[in-house]
Amino acid sequence: MHVHEKPTFESNYTVQGGNFDEAGKVASQIKVILKKLGLQTDVVRKAALVAYESEINIVSYARKGTISISVTPGQVKIETTDEGQGIPDINLAMQEGYSTATSKIREMGFGAGMGLCNIKKFSDYFQITSEIGKGTHLKMIINIENGV
Amino acid sequence: MTLNEVIEILDADVLVGQDQLEMEVKTAFGADLMSDVLAFAKSGSLLLTGLTNPQVIRTSDILDIAAIIMVRGKKPAPETIRLAEELRIPVLSTKYILFETAGRLYEKGIKGCVERVDNNFARS
Ligand SMILES: Nc1ncnc2c1ncn2[C@@H]1O[C@H](COP(=O)(O)OP(=O)(O)OP(=O)(O)O)[C@@H](O)[C@H]1O
Ligand SMILES: [Mg+2]
Repeated sequence: MHVHEKPTFESNYTVQGGNFDEAGKVASQIKVILKKLGLQTDVVRKAALVAYESEINIVSYARKGTISISVTPGQVKIETTDEGQGIPDINLAMQEGYSTATSKIREMGFGAGMGLCNIKKFSDYFQITSEIGKGTHLKMIINIENGV
Repeated sequence: MTLNEVIEILDADVLVGQDQLEMEVKTAFGADLMSDVLAFAKSGSLLLTGLTNPQVIRTSDILDIAAIIMVRGKKPAPETIRLAEELRIPVLSTKYILFETAGRLYEKGIKGCVERVDNNFARS
């Protein structure tokens, strides 16, 4: 799972907390790039979805964050780091249905408490760490079968 | 079924995608919760929703939703239309409520993109 191969593509993106007009733009861009790299549709789809859910969470719950993506012949790795409130109880946050979303977030159709579960479901490897008052870090890997 | 037929069945207005109405669709998903769409909708499906904000378009782009049908006569904001145009996702608007919209399409052969969620892997 942690194969250290030379990346065929690497990039970092900044995400502004609270900016719902732009929310999802980075995930959209990532999707376009992965498609252009010729990855299988299910890999592109899983990676885009995982990036999107994480991006929405940064916009919803953090001041700012970065999303970095690295593609090697065997996998797509997406990592997010944010500066924000952090998650006091990760086990609780990982439960389907648990959400602290504000009414503004709910108005847009989010806040069902499913994002982190979705991320876990669609990643082949998922790691979450968080520090209260500092921020949250996610690491997600999607395996590419038979290489690029 | 083509989008042209969908338009006829739902007496729908075309808000975006006038040039894409020959597109074929077989399945649909309906929800007012983007979280549910992200968890269960399949690519190539129609999305029936009462939401009209730009996140509907973003979510549809991420999932490769074929086209969006806004129900209950909802008209989206200009920025929603702009994003749909940019990403080339057709958007239709119908006056029927979500239940009627789904029923009318189902009657004509459109199926749900998932039937039920009793296994945890409804989409894989
Ligand atoms: N980056 C983050 N920083 C701080 N808190 C977070 C972060 N991501 C998630 N959380 C916390 O974990 C909860 C659950 O997150 P999750 O993404 O699963 O659901 P949600 O965002 O509430 O709703 P949904 O994703 O279904 O729209 C959030 O409500 C929030 O309290
Ligand atoms: Mg979320």
